[in-house]
Amino acid sequence: MQFLLAFVIGGIICAIGQLFIDLTRSSVTPAHVLVGYVTAGAILSALGLYQPLVNIAGAGATIPLSGFGHSLAQGAIKAVQTRGLLGAFAGGAEATAAGIVAAVVFGYAAAVLFNPRS
Amino acid sequence: MTQSQGQGNLQQQKMQQELQQEYKQLVKNVKPRPPVLKNTILAFLVGGAICLIGQLILWFLKKEGLGDKEAAAATAAIMIFLGALLTGLGIYDVIGKYGGAGSMVPITGFANSIVAPAMEFKREGFVFGVGARLFTVAGPVLVYGFLVSTVVGLIYYLIR
Repeated sequence: MQFLLAFVIGGIICAIGQLFIDLTRSSVTPAHVLVGYVTAGAILSALGLYQPLVNIAGAGATIPLSGFGHSLAQGAIKAVQTRGLLGAFAGGAEATAAGIVAAVVFGYAAAVLFNPRS
Repeated sequence: MTQSQGQGNLQQQKMQQELQQEYKQLVKNVKPRPPVLKNTILAFLVGGAICLIGQLILWFLKKEGLGDKEAAAATAAIMIFLGALLTGLGIYDVIGKYGGAGSMVPITGFANSIVAPAMEFKREGFVFGVGARLFTVAGPVLVYGFLVSTVVGLIYYLIR
């Protein structure tokens, strides 16, 4: 059941992005879509609306980039609870550090090792 | 004399406006509309499949005894690794051609947006080519991610 829910919820989250691309101005690029998802995820998370989705769908909610926004926002909130004001600045980056550094390291390695096709 | 000239100009302007509107309508009719339904279904299937793979990895890591948080972070790192590898091999481009937002929105698409421009501009050197281009899309994502999360933290600090 968890696998079906991950597939369906993850698919719906992606389909919303596709509708956004097809039904709005053609100037919407992947960068706009990804920035929009991170921002939307962080705001929904702050309002307490994203965690229920994660509880239901697991990776279906954490693998889309809105899940990255969710991790950032929850990191900031939890760090404020334990450390106060400084946590607002440190919490988001701390909670997502492994993912960000993995992206830089693996991204660098792939870009250096491989050459573009065509 | 001058009045009639002014009227002539006005009429010309009016005619031009009408022409422009007709032209706009024509363009609207001729321009190919994206096959919205097909694109949306493909995005759903491809995005869903990527999330399903993520869920399988998450399930396996939890079964091996990792805690919820560690398993989620490790899953993200593995998916980023896979996205970077498939981009390097040229396979992610093929997935992206069909998947659209379904390949863009998952974290593998984030990895793709990091690798693709860095690989493309390698000839500009390791600092301004690879180093800088890694952040063509990741840069704005991190900027707005950090901005929003800091604002969320500050608001929470003020109202808790």
